[in-house]
Amino acid sequence: MFRLIVQRFCSACFTLAFIAAVVFGAVELMPGNACTAYLGRDAVGAKLESCEARLGLKRPALVRFGDWALGALKGDLGVSVQRGKPITELIGWRLRNTIVLSSIAILFGVPLAILLGVVAGLNKDRKLDFALSGGAIFAMTLPEFVSSTIFILVFSVSLGWASGIVTIGYKAPILDLIGSSILPATTLTLVLTAHILRMVRASVIEVLESDYVLMARLKGVPYRRIILRHVLPNSLLPAISVIGLTVAWLLGGVVTVESVYNYPGLGRMVVDAVSDRDIPLVQAITLLICSIYILVNLLTDILAMLLNPRLRTYRA
Amino acid sequence: MTIRNATDPQTLPGRQRGRSRKPGGRRLARLLTNPSGLAGLAIVTLHLVLACFGPLIVPYDFAFQDPSAVLQPPSLAHWFGTDLLGRDVLTRTILGGREAMLICTIATAIAMLWGGILGISLALIGGWIDNIVMRIADALMAMPWILFVMVFVAALGTGTTALVPILGVSYGLSVVYLARSAALEFVTKDFVLAAQARGQRRHTIVFKELLPNVRDSLAVQTAMQWSWMILGVSSLSYLGFGVPPPAPDWGLMIADARGIMSAAPWTAVFPIIALSSLVIGTNLAFDAAAKTLGVDRNSRAAGR
Amino acid sequence: MSRPILFRIERLTIAGGDRRGVTAPIVDDLSLSVESGAALGIAGESGCGKSTLLLAMMGVVKSGLRHQSGHCLFDGVDLLRCDEVEAGRLRGGRIALIPQNAGLALTPNIRIGDQIAEVLRLHTDLPQSAHRARVEELLRQVRLPMPGSLGRRFPHELSGGQLQRVGIAMALAGEPDLLLLDEPTTGLDVTTQLGILGLLADLRRDRGMAMICVSHDLGVIATLCDHVAIMYAGRLIETGPTRTILRNPAHPYSRALLAAIPRISTARIPSSIAGRPPAPDQPLPGCRFAPRCAHVMADCHAGIAELAPQGHDQWVACRHPQLDTRETQPEAANQQNPLAAEAPPLVDISGLAVTYRRRHVLDRLLHRAPARKAVESLSLTLHRGEILGLVGESGSGKSTILRAISGLWPVLDGQITFAGTVDLTMPVTQRERQILRRIQLIFQNPDASLNPRQTIRDILAQPLELYFNLSRREVTERAQALLMDVRLDAGYLDRLPGDLSGGERQRVAIARAFAADPDVILCDEITSALDVSVQASILQLIRDLAVKRNVACLFVSHDLAVVQALAHRIAVLYRGRLMEVGPARSICTAPRHPYTRALLAAVLEPDMQPGRDMVGAMRDDDDIVSHGCVYAGRCLSRLERCASAMPQWSGFAEGHPACCHLLADTGIPLAMP
Repeated sequence: MFRLIVQRFCSACFTLAFIAAVVFGAVELMPGNACTAYLGRDAVGAKLESCEARLGLKRPALVRFGDWALGALKGDLGVSVQRGKPITELIGWRLRNTIVLSSIAILFGVPLAILLGVVAGLNKDRKLDFALSGGAIFAMTLPEFVSSTIFILVFSVSLGWASGIVTIGYKAPILDLIGSSILPATTLTLVLTAHILRMVRASVIEVLESDYVLMARLKGVPYRRIILRHVLPNSLLPAISVIGLTVAWLLGGVVTVESVYNYPGLGRMVVDAVSDRDIPLVQAITLLICSIYILVNLLTDILAMLLNPRLRTYRA
Repeated sequence: MTIRNATDPQTLPGRQRGRSRKPGGRRLARLLTNPSGLAGLAIVTLHLVLACFGPLIVPYDFAFQDPSAVLQPPSLAHWFGTDLLGRDVLTRTILGGREAMLICTIATAIAMLWGGILGISLALIGGWIDNIVMRIADALMAMPWILFVMVFVAALGTGTTALVPILGVSYGLSVVYLARSAALEFVTKDFVLAAQARGQRRHTIVFKELLPNVRDSLAVQTAMQWSWMILGVSSLSYLGFGVPPPAPDWGLMIADARGIMSAAPWTAVFPIIALSSLVIGTNLAFDAAAKTLGVDRNSRAAGR
Repeated sequence: MSRPILFRIERLTIAGGDRRGVTAPIVDDLSLSVESGAALGIAGESGCGKSTLLLAMMGVVKSGLRHQSGHCLFDGVDLLRCDEVEAGRLRGGRIALIPQNAGLALTPNIRIGDQIAEVLRLHTDLPQSAHRARVEELLRQVRLPMPGSLGRRFPHELSGGQLQRVGIAMALAGEPDLLLLDEPTTGLDVTTQLGILGLLADLRRDRGMAMICVSHDLGVIATLCDHVAIMYAGRLIETGPTRTILRNPAHPYSRALLAAIPRISTARIPSSIAGRPPAPDQPLPGCRFAPRCAHVMADCHAGIAELAPQGHDQWVACRHPQLDTRETQPEAANQQNPLAAEAPPLVDISGLAVTYRRRHVLDRLLHRAPARKAVESLSLTLHRGEILGLVGESGSGKSTILRAISGLWPVLDGQITFAGTVDLTMPVTQRERQILRRIQLIFQNPDASLNPRQTIRDILAQPLELYFNLSRREVTERAQALLMDVRLDAGYLDRLPGDLSGGERQRVAIARAFAADPDVILCDEITSALDVSVQASILQLIRDLAVKRNVACLFVSHDLAVVQALAHRIAVLYRGRLMEVGPARSICTAPRHPYTRALLAAVLEPDMQPGRDMVGAMRDDDDIVSHGCVYAGRCLSRLERCASAMPQWSGFAEGHPACCHLLADTGIPLAMP
């Protein structure tokens, strides 16, 4: 099994390298460069020259890529064109904030989703299932900005329970952060839960209809034990990988949700950066978020391997 | 008397004659009997009609600003009220889906075309080519979609001409997965092996043997991709990277309404209803279609 | 002396769940009873409702079906009506099921030993501490190797045969009074089959269990059960003691079924039953077999016959039971056409070697040793107009040989020459179209070998358009002619495969192969997925077409009885190597190789005595590692040198060569097994 873990790790590194190449290469393929994009109509003469000198854009592409990649590994993500400050400095706090927000969503969403998914699966085609599945579909189909807006309309404007827009600064202490992140976290949790619920439900239903569950019934195993010992482990284990994948969604959703609520995280920063055409900042944040995703995926795969004996055999 | 010999020609029992005629027609009929499917189809049709004929029925011009009627609540003159710039919300709501739907229709066609053919071909070819391409695809999927798009938007800028290829390429990626896994089910079957043994060319096998079998699954996927894309475009518009103003777009409208929601909720409510109804309608209709056609809707790549 | 009745079914009816319209029930007004300690076999082909019946016997009705009426009484308890808790107490304990596919019936995440212990905990008084020992004992009783450590394994680590035995152990753990068996030997090799059946017979004798065995294989039922009930379209149509029924069946269906079974003893293609079983949505007012019955009379359509006594222990549900001793079967045109004497071989295989896994570029780079060989040092010839049967169990490489000949699988070593000049070791992509045309392959599974979205016309048009330049009209004409050749109505052209039965689909597959006007037909287990009653017609078809068009045929099967009815010569394969080749009759009546003898000994025919000695003629597993003869590990009559030296071929002079140390150049066995 150790061999498999090493293989997965190498695979993860390859993926990250590839993404770095895509992120870098995408900009290279475009006409112009980071400076022309940022300066727009001002991209002439001395201004352009000094900008390009500052960013070292005269060097050939591969050199720049190598520099950037190696720098990233060491923790230096370059300099922001718009703010002129080193990027690492800029995103440190915001990374923390986004992690806080995402963690709250995951900690609430995942266990809730698993529980509801199992309940829905066990009650297939009955009223409870219709309600849960229907609710899940509804939640899944609304884009995050719509559900956020609805939440603000309902909870902030009508009911006045929470403030709609987050007003705290990016360096605020964690406790305040948690307080302001209730609505954004709820929005994230909603769609996260919906996705996972549907997957778990489908998995549970598939297992319930399997031959081995029928056999357990024919052995006289009581219902509760069938569910706990035969159904749940076999339906939840495959769900682990899916849960890992849903994190990708979460990291994307964070972008929109933070923008709606004005939450001081990486998501809002990257949106601002795109508006400002601050390409180095966009690249850096994208790379960072992708690395988090790859890391989470790697961990869930290893977890799945540890828990599921069938995945441990090395298959050529 | 002898036992009837196996030499007598076999005839089909009469009852089965005509059962296989026009299977498509019978399935459409079954789809329409499903109540939620019917409701969904009705909603989608309504939206499509409005998108096509909207400009003929709207009371005002979508860009017309009336400074004297800013942020008016719904009234007889303005059924849905007015927005911050004095524009009629009803007009903008009716027309709000046009740009998005146009972009999405073209982009969906592109996505299904390249994604479908590549996916099916990969399933057939297999081997190291399939391995490498799928690894690359996996790597690309590791980027949250919105970030992927934003990188390109930052470099390319926005606008319809930029959005269509960006959307077509990025959504095509998930179509590759779907088409490939749908085709993989059939690639191992003997009839494909038989075609190969006969010496049939690969492209013939893709189009004549595999495509007819994955057609149903892909048809449902086309609709799902289209609806996901509408969501995607709206999200981008909300963030400011989608349909450029002053074209009316639901995402833009909701974004504009953000600061003034407490004062003028109608500026947000109506576009929300419009967008949600379209998406829910599509989902209902195509969930029902998938059930009728027996296609699996749960796939990891479907959700964006 | 009659023992108490342990289990009884009274007028059980289970209907399909579709309430719209009238449908015939899946199980229709069925009654039977089993005494304690007795063994009943329920025989029927696919679609007769026996699986539904089996589940109902345990009180389970699958979702989508309805229990309409009737009782299922086990020792007085109606399993279909009592609550789950009470049923749960009986299931797995006093009444246990051995599933058809144990691999699917075992929970993947729980260890084997724990799953068996589950039964112990629920249905016995054995204390927890004694469970481990008991599990080990059970595994030993079912003759599994290393019973101590096997319990710690997971289901996916075991082979199919081993899993089947685990299924038996799990069923026995609860000390059942009644054992239900669902097709106990499906998917197992003949030799493994024999072992399992012997085990079951021994266990039954030792414990005095009652048994109900549901199977399509009358040979299995004949071996295991003392009573048999024959099922057709949801009803029992004949019951009685096994010997009586299987020797003198009275119902036309039973007679036809028995006549359709290929037997080693007769060198004849058996007869088949025309038509197909009624579909559930076609309820018939009268006897459900009437449309296919050769002895049908007017009143047969009027009403269903109930089971009525015939003779002193036989019950038949027929208005006109056939009582005379079995009539002579029609003389099938089995006269083997004389082979063109000494013609050069059409396909000449020499020293063929094929591996299981394709070699990757990486393997070559890292100089990894080639993987295990599926086929090794194989030399065979096939002559024009000849039908050569390739017989072997799973893992013998017989299908791999066909794949290699047709170019679908790469050849590691050796030569395959076609028509004296063409090299067939090239893959499909490198062969000329005309060469591809002349060698055609027919597959085993009729469901998978036809594209479900193409009409029969399209399917037949494919080879016609690919190999010949024909106009649309010509294509249609040829397609119609082909359908006539395989005895299907021309109206089938516009149907989809989904409308056809398994046998009909296989005929279309045959038509498709012959559409190319080939010289060689490769048949890969083409009857194995079909019901017995349909098999024979396919065999007859192959024979007739091969003779008519002077086509050579390589017919692969695991069933020696099927092959010997059809083929001129038979080649016996074991683990990728050829053991013996010879004329079909010779192989079956005077086999020379110990493996062939073991295969013949493992054949089960309905005429056999129940409870016959089921000692296999082969060891259950390899017990030594052999560098010589590949069969040495399992051979009961092996010599010292068998494991160290490769045996030589002998007996070419008689036209019946075999490869074995026990045979001298004269071909006479040195040592009797």
